[in-house]
Amino acid sequence: MSKQFLTDSKALPFCKGCGHTGVAQNTERALQQLGYDPLDVIFVTDIGCHGIIDKNLVSHTVHGLHGRSVAIAGGIAAGLPKDSNKKVIVFIGDGGATIGMQHLMIAAHHNFSMTVIVHNNMLYGMTGGQPSEFTPEGFNTPTTPHRSSAGAIDICKVAEAAGAAYVSRIFGIGNFTAELAEAFSQPGFSLVEVMELCTSYGLKSNPGMKLKNLIEEAEIEFIKYTNETKKSSELPDYEGHRLSLITDQLVIPQEYTADSTHKISILLAGSAGEGTQSAAEFLARTAMLSGLHVTRKSHVPVTVGVGFSASEVIISKEPIYYTGSSKPDYILITSKDGLEYAMPRLTNGYKSIVYMDATLQTPETASEIHIIPMREKVGARNAALLSVFKLVTDSRMLSMESMISAYSQHKLAAKLPIDTFLDQLT
Amino acid sequence: MTHTTTSRTAFIDGSRLIVEALVQTGAEVFVGYPITPANLLYSYANRRFPTMMAAPDEITALQWMSGFATLGKLPVTATAFPGYALMVESINMALMMELPMVVILAQRLGPATGTATAGAQGDLNLVHGTVSGGFQIPTFCISNLDDCWSLSAKAVETAMQLRTPVVLLTSKEMVMTQMSYDLNRLTPLKKSTLKHYTGTEPYKPYHTDESLIPEFLPISQSTHQVRFTASTHNKAGILQNTTPEALDNTKRLKDKLDLHADFLLHYHYEEDNHAKVLVISFDQTAQAAREAVAILRQQGTKVAHLIAKTLFPIPQKYYEISALYSHIIVAEENLDGQYRRLLFGSAPNTNVSGVNAIGRMIHPDEIIEEVKKHE
Ligand SMILES: Cc1ncc(C[n+]2csc(CCOP(=O)(O)OP(=O)(O)O)c2C)c(N)n1
Ligand code: SF4
Ligand SMILES: [Mg+2]
Repeated sequence: MSKQFLTDSKALPFCKGCGHTGVAQNTERALQQLGYDPLDVIFVTDIGCHGIIDKNLVSHTVHGLHGRSVAIAGGIAAGLPKDSNKKVIVFIGDGGATIGMQHLMIAAHHNFSMTVIVHNNMLYGMTGGQPSEFTPEGFNTPTTPHRSSAGAIDICKVAEAAGAAYVSRIFGIGNFTAELAEAFSQPGFSLVEVMELCTSYGLKSNPGMKLKNLIEEAEIEFIKYTNETKKSSELPDYEGHRLSLITDQLVIPQEYTADSTHKISILLAGSAGEGTQSAAEFLARTAMLSGLHVTRKSHVPVTVGVGFSASEVIISKEPIYYTGSSKPDYILITSKDGLEYAMPRLTNGYKSIVYMDATLQTPETASEIHIIPMREKVGARNAALLSVFKLVTDSRMLSMESMISAYSQHKLAAKLPIDTFLDQLT
Repeated sequence: MTHTTTSRTAFIDGSRLIVEALVQTGAEVFVGYPITPANLLYSYANRRFPTMMAAPDEITALQWMSGFATLGKLPVTATAFPGYALMVESINMALMMELPMVVILAQRLGPATGTATAGAQGDLNLVHGTVSGGFQIPTFCISNLDDCWSLSAKAVETAMQLRTPVVLLTSKEMVMTQMSYDLNRLTPLKKSTLKHYTGTEPYKPYHTDESLIPEFLPISQSTHQVRFTASTHNKAGILQNTTPEALDNTKRLKDKLDLHADFLLHYHYEEDNHAKVLVISFDQTAQAAREAVAILRQQGTKVAHLIAKTLFPIPQKYYEISALYSHIIVAEENLDGQYRRLLFGSAPNTNVSGVNAIGRMIHPDEIIEEVKKHE
């Protein structure tokens, strides 16, 4: 005797005459024909009348959210071992396929190994028969008794366009076991749209209507598409990498000492693409080579390639907790964007020491301003780096040796000799 | 922390530590959808996780994660408010199915898209209210680089041991700021595992012993039938209306966390028997509070400090500690004290005050000033 997938195929939880009954019965027969064992099958059911079948199934069942069944099934399919013999079958309605249409496309696109059965009764059965995007012209529903719809979305075409390996639309009355068995046997992603009827709302709103006639009048075709390249292709590889992110290569050992004892905060403010962030990192590395505690925080607008680029660096002998610097000790401004960004700090009454590029207009400020032609001397892209060289030498917060050592590891070192900067310091 | 010759100091950000700790404790899958300020987490995960999936949206992300979780593979994602908002229904689903997973929420300035590149601590109410019915998701909040390591490990351990989604709450500064950090501070981590059902009787997916935690079986095995159900369900995982058995199962989701409250509790408390004022802080604001408290103590001001690391369910311990002080100050980067109101209510209360700001970090001076008003 064949193995049962349904506790009792004659006692299903649907209204009398509901098309969902036929889908369940034909599914069981198809799986029996293919010789599946019940625990080799994972049923993922959506929310809707078709989805109340879990308790009648003796296979594994997953019952999640309205419209999301294909997505959770995607996670299962992607996570199953490559040699798994499990068959993933999704039961979803036209309502679920409407609200979760993207998931169907994505699953087809990724070729997740599963068969999706769209129970298309052309309305939301569970909630009282409202129209879905699958409601064809000429099909009335309780809430649209006289209104013609915009016509049904062709989910088979959608799935095909998304790259589904196998798609078919079939007539859901009578015996369609062979059609389902064919879909279940496909490798990768397959979708079957079963045209059927909700007796409680569909038939009541369209007295005397025959499903066959409606399908003909709405010009819905029974079709089958296969995508041979998808069928033969392997599932994408999701394997990642296994090397620890924490290695001794990250360590910056102390090689020098520094005299500075108090906490110093430095704001670098320039333009995107002009090396502000890497100059800040250079400063941070120099301080670390000197055995100091350092933090660096960047500020950029949402689009990182344009506008200002700012970085706050804090250097201290003591551990640093708070990493902000609303009142920086030093402000290094290398462009107009940077000046605009730094303006609130220049006008807050606090006395910072400011190194400003010579091309910029000096603002009204309590701060001590030093004008330096940085852009002119080393170019726009290196101005921020020069401002750090200048700061370190003038303030003596860090030793020259530590800075030279940090520069030797800078990505510019191979292209630009350090003298480019040192020559500007005298 | 002193720099001795044996220290191994690196210049790193919290995202790196979080991702490494998650993987070392047994997280296997990262499902990402890009969003600032969680993108560093995404890029480290892309280098490190055994399985990396680029989701097409955040609803899919949570659903894919849930699919992996039914196989016993612990999934992680990282997002900010806009993505978390899309995940809410699916997080409810995962909680109801009792699927272990970690959702990292890196807060940024809202409402809506707000300012992607500005930090904030404005999603406390959202996280607290994520689950319909008021059920809580264990929510841990990182207060410094040490926590990036140890609390991330706790998040995985908690998700697996209690079979629940866990929110790891953080914010822009915590996951993006680079800091010098001695790698010797990183304690070795152990892999966590799910407790599997080993019985011979038919498996009841939501049956539990006195631990109130159901034993797990992956849906990939073929010995027992497995059911995962997000609708109200009985112990067999079968959808039920409001039957007593099903309602008991739903109530168990709260009882489970109550029973394991001690396991869920993580905080740092610097008591001061002579202080009148207790400062409560969390996330990167805890750093400003640490500095403020240190300065106050140097100046001779008595003050106690509680850094809340378990935010939800709100630990009773915080009330025991608060009862010892006549004035409580909660410092948080939001408009009107979300965690303060969740802790102490919204009724006017002269014994509780807040230090708040939006669009910028709270400065230690602001906390110092507030403490001095009440000492
Ligand atoms: C997010 C969400 N929105 C709405 C609902 C309410 N709802 C439950 S079932 C359903 C429609 C079901 O229609 P369909 O998928 O076609 O299944 P059928 O009942 O026709 O089998 C809706 C809208 C829900 N459960 N979740
Ligand atoms: S309401 Fe319609 S779809 Fe639902 S079970 Fe009854 S006939 Fe079927
Ligand atoms: Mg329907």
